[in-house]
Amino acid sequence: MADKKDLSYLSAKESRRITKENRKITKEYEKQISRKDVPESEYLTKMHNDKNILEIDNLHTYFFTDQGVVRSVDGVSFDVPRGATIGVVGESGCGKSVTSLSVMRLLQRPIGQIVDGEIRFKVDDDKAYDIAKMPIAEMQHIRGKKISMIFQEPMTTLNPVFKIGRQLDEVFELHDKETKAEDRRAKSIELLEMVGIANAEGVYDMYPHELSGGMRQRVVIAMALACQPKLIIADEPTTALDVTIQAQILDIFRQLKEKINSSIMLITHDLGVIAEMADFVVVMYAGRIVEKGTLEDIFLHPAHPYTIGLMDSKPSVNKDVDRLYSIPGKVPNPINMPDYCYFRDRCEKCLDKCDGEYPPLIKISDTHYVACYRSEDKEVKE
Amino acid sequence: MGKFIVKRLLQCVLILFFVALIIYAVMRCLPTSYVESIARQRSSLPGSKSYTEWLAQLNAVYGLDVGIFRGFLKWLASAVRLDFGDSWQYNVPVMEKFKDVIWYSFALGAVSFFFELIISIPAGIIAAVKQYSKIDYAVTVIALIGVSLPTFFFATILKLVFSIKLGWFDLYGMVGRYHEQLSAWGQFGDIAKHFVLPTCTIVIISIGSMMRYTRTNMLEVLNSDYIRTARAKGVAENKVISYHAFRNTLIPIVTIVGGSIPGLFSGALITETLFQIPGIGYISYQAMVGGDIPFSMFYMIFMAVLTLLGTLIADILYAVVDPRVRVN
Repeated sequence: MADKKDLSYLSAKESRRITKENRKITKEYEKQISRKDVPESEYLTKMHNDKNILEIDNLHTYFFTDQGVVRSVDGVSFDVPRGATIGVVGESGCGKSVTSLSVMRLLQRPIGQIVDGEIRFKVDDDKAYDIAKMPIAEMQHIRGKKISMIFQEPMTTLNPVFKIGRQLDEVFELHDKETKAEDRRAKSIELLEMVGIANAEGVYDMYPHELSGGMRQRVVIAMALACQPKLIIADEPTTALDVTIQAQILDIFRQLKEKINSSIMLITHDLGVIAEMADFVVVMYAGRIVEKGTLEDIFLHPAHPYTIGLMDSKPSVNKDVDRLYSIPGKVPNPINMPDYCYFRDRCEKCLDKCDGEYPPLIKISDTHYVACYRSEDKEVKE
Repeated sequence: MGKFIVKRLLQCVLILFFVALIIYAVMRCLPTSYVESIARQRSSLPGSKSYTEWLAQLNAVYGLDVGIFRGFLKWLASAVRLDFGDSWQYNVPVMEKFKDVIWYSFALGAVSFFFELIISIPAGIIAAVKQYSKIDYAVTVIALIGVSLPTFFFATILKLVFSIKLGWFDLYGMVGRYHEQLSAWGQFGDIAKHFVLPTCTIVIISIGSMMRYTRTNMLEVLNSDYIRTARAKGVAENKVISYHAFRNTLIPIVTIVGGSIPGLFSGALITETLFQIPGIGYISYQAMVGGDIPFSMFYMIFMAVLTLLGTLIADILYAVVDPRVRVN
């Protein structure tokens, strides 16, 4: 009886022990990030490449849940060059949203914590901060002003009790204290017009529930653009919208990107959106990057079996198939991750080597990296 | 909005009619009959008429010789003119007795309500903001104690500790022994002192549910998407809580609070009885035990009106604080 241990079963005693341990760990982290009067020097850093606006380096974000530690983001590194659009793809629960929330430091506290790694962000031309080490109170000067975020669910992202205008004005109020109330109003209305809202003056005085999903998402986008941030994180901005609205929203993104020259980190599981928008693509699986490269690298020469599987499972107009391909199996239990390649059990192209430890990121061209032993022979040595 | 209120008021009138009918019927069927007990008293006097004769005479005097429905119509005919008749038990017009006692109940209710709000709402919010902290556990435990303690038990404990052991307050009553000799301020202070224990009882019994309610609501709001949006905009954490989250938490709270404002007049029957404060609750309790139909009818209808008023106020306030339910 004792040797038949079900991994998904937790006794109450064990759960309590885990909870207690987690409390102790998260308390330490909380203490660290809630400190006051932290000298700037502590989180001042230097960008490794001056062309980048954001460099995520070996990021580890864990969730200390009552069932155990979930390694939602486990050693993710990628760069966001200035003015470029980075697409982050992966299936639900692969850690793409958690990565973006880590950058914004909006993780659900106290259970979600950045435990290791750097998030270097260029705040000014000659200054860069390590967001992962910043005290949480300092983040309010970065959020909304330097980095802004667009969320997935437009229906619930806006505060239901405040008028649209009030919510837009607030962004200026927070980050540009000198502006007068009338100027703010004018600016907000201008923003609403910019995102393609016809009746901007009217919408300014409306409540969120009076707008449709697409309209609300435009308002959210307007809100994100208010301070002309250097980086816009769009977390599945079109997932909850219907296809025609999706196209319009993507159009707005493209136009705005040219207008204010921000970088965009586009998180989605829709490869079509990526193909249309991104310059670089990062493919994530179970909290790790399995492949990253330019749009061409990923779409024309996918190297990781998971990426190939993803490509095959997207509907295509040109191909005539009876059934859409789906990757067999399921993602391993996030609490008990195996020590071999996380994709091995679902992979149809396994090698003997795949039983070994998790493959490192292999560089197969100047821009193209892949974490798979099958590509070892193509490795480009530096 | 005006149309909505008119519609609601008309509904209230209809509900009140049936409430009155049911209560009247129940009152008439009660085993305690004022008339019967008086008739029994009178007939036992030496040289008196027989019990049945007394009963017939008294029934005619008090208007109980007609059927329930006709009796009700008679009561209703005068009640719509706000004439509730004379109280049988107290021998004064119902309204006069009511005016005498209602303010004691209101004072007790209002003071308790005030303390209930200023203790339970902030406590609930702090507990939610610092979830799983020591404060949270403390609030949860206190709330549980408040919810589960019966009034009579808790009032008795308070009396034991503060009146008998410590001797700080009188056991019951509204005024002290030397009330008449005190100055105007002294008299006020005396009454206030006698209200301390009843107020404590009501506050501690009632904060529990309100604290839990606030905490649950605040937690729900704090986990919602628009709070994340507010944070993502760069709003400072304390402003997120005091402005963005608080406005949303207010929606259900205001509904409950607004709905309970008329309840301030309804009196706290058990507490008033335990501390013998002659408020509306205590007086009505005695009227009801004595089978005093006019006073009991009045009190019941009064309670029904308060309840209906409470829900109406709650609905209107809901529309005021939540733009999504505003009726155009």
